[in-house]
Amino acid sequence: MDPFLLEAIVNGILLGGVFALPVLGLNLVFGVVDVVWLCYAELVMVGMYCVWFLHTQAGWPLILAFAACLPVVAMLGLLLHLLVVKPLLGSPPITQVLATGGVLFILQGGAMLTFGTDFRSLGVEMPPMEVGEIFVSGTKLVAFVAALVSAAGLWAFLKFTYVGTAIRAIARDREVMPLMGVDPQRIYLVASAVGGGLAGLAACLLVVQLDVHPFIGLSFGPITFMICVMGGLGNMLGGFLAAFLMGVIISTGGFWWNTEMSYVVAFVFFIVVMFARPRGLFAR
Amino acid sequence: MIRAAIALLAVLAALPLFGLPEYFLHLGIATMLSAVACTGWAMMGRFGLVSFGHGAFIGIAAYTMALLWNYAGLTPWIGLPAGVALGMAAAALLAYPCFRLRVVGHYFALVTLAAGEIVRILIVALRNITGGSLGMTPRLSPDNALAAMQLGKHGFWWLAVAVWAFALLAWWWIDRSMSARALTAISEDEDAAASIGIRVTREKMMITLVSAGFAALGGALGAQYRLYLNPESLAGIGISLQIVFGALAGGMYSMLGPTVGAAFTIALEETLRVSFGTAFIGAAPLVYGVLLVLFILFLPRGIVGWFERKR
Repeated sequence: MDPFLLEAIVNGILLGGVFALPVLGLNLVFGVVDVVWLCYAELVMVGMYCVWFLHTQAGWPLILAFAACLPVVAMLGLLLHLLVVKPLLGSPPITQVLATGGVLFILQGGAMLTFGTDFRSLGVEMPPMEVGEIFVSGTKLVAFVAALVSAAGLWAFLKFTYVGTAIRAIARDREVMPLMGVDPQRIYLVASAVGGGLAGLAACLLVVQLDVHPFIGLSFGPITFMICVMGGLGNMLGGFLAAFLMGVIISTGGFWWNTEMSYVVAFVFFIVVMFARPRGLFAR
Repeated sequence: MIRAAIALLAVLAALPLFGLPEYFLHLGIATMLSAVACTGWAMMGRFGLVSFGHGAFIGIAAYTMALLWNYAGLTPWIGLPAGVALGMAAAALLAYPCFRLRVVGHYFALVTLAAGEIVRILIVALRNITGGSLGMTPRLSPDNALAAMQLGKHGFWWLAVAVWAFALLAWWWIDRSMSARALTAISEDEDAAASIGIRVTREKMMITLVSAGFAALGGALGAQYRLYLNPESLAGIGISLQIVFGALAGGMYSMLGPTVGAAFTIALEETLRVSFGTAFIGAAPLVYGVLLVLFILFLPRGIVGWFERKR
């Protein structure tokens, strides 16, 4: 196989790893609370600024900055749920989506006011590794492995803990679970915090690869939603697989045309998938 | 009612003759054109068909019009309808499979979001002819301003009044038609509506086309008025959400709601611009977002809807 094509495919899989975490977070929140957080990518942006600020401005070691980013974004997820989503739980779904769209503007504007529109770089770069005939970016590889480990951690949390089981149960049937003595409101809180935490985690993995700026959410936000919908909203495994599929499509599209056109191809692919499988690629 | 409307229109049309300051005319034009887009969006939004992709139709219409003028010398008087028609065709292409295959709710919103992004990225990617992210300006033609639709404040005021009145007329007409009843039924329960003989896909297509057409008309005219086109402000998620905000703030269930919302949005934007100056770029979305959330939480039917309930 053409080594450049192979490199594109490998890069696509690595890119899929980056998409996977926000997709899992969004799916978790949607599956449990039944609300799409339109501002999810902006939560990731806040996390990226958080790491950038603590590391380059406050001089914290990178690991500490990462460790601080998670609770900060998790808190933000909680706040989002308590202040915006919770009062709207009984409203039509569209109202809820729009409200989180409002939060998107708030976070974007807040970032612009606080940090300006400059691109902020963490300035951490690992040398590319040579594997066989192809080069793989070290930072991307580390981020990819970290994403896989986190996904496995999330899976274990959902599978083996009491709260995790309750989360899965409520995602399956939100009418019956309260009868079994599970308080949905508390599970919503947990899911929102975990969803926020996943955004924080994604921020840690992204900030080492990309410069952060107030509009960065718009660059990967739409694609994240599309991946979620493609895998079936609320379907964790479907979203996870779709993330890699989308990553490969974008990366090989960039190989055949250019990066922008590859996103067009990805979006068109998404729309075609929606028409072929309106409930998602992996809907049962 | 009809007499009052005609009188109001006459007053509006006569306003520029009284030597109002240019700035006032500018705000009025911007408000009316944005009101057309918001009214268009609300035409389908109020029946639960929430699109986050109206930016796509605006982008297509505006760029078709400007490209035809710059490269083929075709007057915007033809280019604009052609662009709007193309925008409506895109809406049909997108909406028909959606409705046939029952892509609804969240899924519909996100599919339209993807469409808006596709158009935005295409405009950026085709930078050789569209100017990409830097935007483009229609070729100026001072000798032939009328044919170039570069009318100045007075001319655009009358054009905006006419288009705005057209949008409200369409709203009023749809509101009185059987389609409005059918669409209300569809928004309650599609299966039940189909079972009593409502042609669900057809009704939804009709309202979507009208809605996309008015959004495209208002948006593209706005671009022609400002003589500047930019993919970020004419396509993609930003403009789509702004339209939604206008419609929602004013109230998407009443005829004048989206207009009030557009006026509110523009007044807000101007106030922020004047009071914040250079910090404006950050403060505007922030205040926008806070208000959007507050409106949804406390005034879900918008300003006009609130007054109507008070009465």
